[in-house]
Amino acid sequence: MTLNKLLVAMLTSVTLVAGAAQAAELSIVSGDTGTGLEFLRGQLDKFEADTGNKVTIVPMPSSTTDQFGQYKLWLAAGNTDIDVYQTDVIWAPQLADQFLDLTEAAKDVVGDHFPSIIESQTVNGKLVALPAFTDAPALYYRKDLLEKYGKEVPKTWAELTATAQEIMDGERADGNAEMWGFVFQGNAYEGLTCDALEWVKSFGGGQIVEADGTISINNEHAAKAIDLAASWIGTIAPEGNLAYMEEESRGVWQLGNAVFHRNWPYAYSLGNGADSPIAGKFDVAPLPAGDGPDARSAATLGGWNVAVSKYSPDPDAAIALALYLSSSEVQKERALMQSNLPTIEALYDDADIAAKQPIIPAWKEIFQNAVPRPSAPTQVKYNEVSSMFWSAVHSTLSGNGTAAENLEVLEADLTELKGDAW
Amino acid sequence: MTTETLAPSARAAAPKVKSELMQQRIRAARLFLIPMLIALAVVAGWPLLRSIYFSFTDASLSNLEAAQWIGFGNYFRWTVLESGTVRYRGLLVDPAWWNAVWNTVRFAFLSVLFEAVLGMMVALVLNAEFKGRGIVRAAILIPWAIPTIVSARMWGWMLNDQFGILNDLGMRLGLLSQKVAWTATADTAMTAVLIVDIWKTTPFMALLILAGLQMIPKDIYEAAEIDGVHPVKQFFKITLPLVRPALMVAIIFRLLDALRIFDLIYVLTPNSASTKTMSVLARENLFDFDKFAYGSAMSTLLFLIIALLTILYIWLGQVKFDGGDR
Repeated sequence: MTLNKLLVAMLTSVTLVAGAAQAAELSIVSGDTGTGLEFLRGQLDKFEADTGNKVTIVPMPSSTTDQFGQYKLWLAAGNTDIDVYQTDVIWAPQLADQFLDLTEAAKDVVGDHFPSIIESQTVNGKLVALPAFTDAPALYYRKDLLEKYGKEVPKTWAELTATAQEIMDGERADGNAEMWGFVFQGNAYEGLTCDALEWVKSFGGGQIVEADGTISINNEHAAKAIDLAASWIGTIAPEGNLAYMEEESRGVWQLGNAVFHRNWPYAYSLGNGADSPIAGKFDVAPLPAGDGPDARSAATLGGWNVAVSKYSPDPDAAIALALYLSSSEVQKERALMQSNLPTIEALYDDADIAAKQPIIPAWKEIFQNAVPRPSAPTQVKYNEVSSMFWSAVHSTLSGNGTAAENLEVLEADLTELKGDAW
Repeated sequence: MTTETLAPSARAAAPKVKSELMQQRIRAARLFLIPMLIALAVVAGWPLLRSIYFSFTDASLSNLEAAQWIGFGNYFRWTVLESGTVRYRGLLVDPAWWNAVWNTVRFAFLSVLFEAVLGMMVALVLNAEFKGRGIVRAAILIPWAIPTIVSARMWGWMLNDQFGILNDLGMRLGLLSQKVAWTATADTAMTAVLIVDIWKTTPFMALLILAGLQMIPKDIYEAAEIDGVHPVKQFFKITLPLVRPALMVAIIFRLLDALRIFDLIYVLTPNSASTKTMSVLARENLFDFDKFAYGSAMSTLLFLIIALLTILYIWLGQVKFDGGDR
């Protein structure tokens, strides 16, 4: 009797274990901001229903610099707990060894994506990650305020400075003491590299390190751009802007306390959300241009991808999840709900997206002309290059030395870091 | 047992009865210490030795096995250029590192100083007899009980330049003429970190000092009272000398803690040179940059600096951990 019971119990537990082995348990990391985690959960629920696999989200800090340090540590330790990583567009060369090659798994869908994005995620012929969405920032502006003061949307940074100052002064005189002219990402982290690269490029100052590996940052156009940005702190931008990342700057903007705001497209749907005080009162435009011979409007290329850890105990299920998260279906949902830019060209002609998120079709051209950060030429040293750059810019913004002085030191540091070759 | 006869001659010279008892006790003590020593060796000793080893190699985090021994290159090396000029490189001549050392030492000195003074005041208050003393003693520990990351985030919002409560209060009370970006600007960021750290660790200091205060016999004060000694004089002539051993030990605990400050600064302030400490810089090199060996050299030097300062403190302050100088 008891022996029989024991046998039955043992058999049941064996079947339970076998059943569990068929349905994989996956983990994905996400440092998404705003309503991103909620959105991801919704998409994963669909994936779970379709495949029977279970996916857990491991939330991460929103700073991409913080995320990178953690991921690098986990991957170096061969961590098997995380199967799928969400990776920034700049990470592919630095983490390529630790991710599975997705060329074979994605061969049917890879042609749907923009070739330049696939190329950015390919290291020595290995497809390191599949694109989930791409990013190119926008200048958010308050159309009601521009209308009130009879101003045009600024085409140059000088115009933006003047307009921001005038509207800010006017609003403050009207009793709105909290009003600021312009908020952006000024904390010393990867986001400042993005913002500052846009200023430098828009003044014709190059892109820090050029595609052939030359260090180009120490030039008068770059210095002029960064000096102009330094003049904003304490005048049209709050001093606290020196500590703002995306979400802090969006906080000021979305409370209705800024005339202009530089951010990625995700802030578009959040700004138009039901609880947003500025819903319907703002619009987006390309970032302003600088002045000088090579002046243009410049947007830093961003974007996130999904990569599969080579230490994943269940690589097939993990690859299926990565393919799902980069699929046209999820990207369309993402575009509709999160206003993230798709990486699949066909979605830019989608009628639903155009109706709900007009920023997306309008942004196709901007992201196609976006400036890449110098992660390709500087390879594994990119993070240090970026850190040196943002430190030099942060010092200038904080009033420690002029841009010309700091860029000269930066050039010397970069040259030493480069050594014989990157 | 027969082995006991092999005891060293020095011990044999001691009275026999005590010797046997003592030896038994020492054996038991050693036995009880073994698990702790093993645990310490595994979680502290081994990683420390690994870090020191890596600091003499060219290790990269993506391939630790391939690390090659390069000697002192991460600490100090020089190259002679063709023109004949000598260029010195390495951690010992890295201005970023010495800036971080200065930030750390300055932070540690100021925070421990304020915490000791405030902790002493709090402890004196708590040592007095009053109603509800138990509740106050428990309540004062709350800042210490909150995890640092949580309190750093909480203070981050309170210090926020736009919607922070401190700026709001300051403006309403007329203390501030305009909102201050406490954590963002170089001149106030360190002050903000100090405020939060002092808020957080004063209770710990107060608790250790309070334990020392309660060891002081009451009759000394009674005698002083009868002799008409002024309370201030009582404090400097009786309380302070008698509580000194406890105070010195409390300070050393805090000093060790403050010298490796990481979480508060990492969470609360921008990653700028004005607040970067040794630990923050070491982490950045270890994980964010492809410089695992250089970061290991920083960790090793951090360890040596803390060890050096601690030895100096114990030596100069004549700290005795057995409380025997009373």
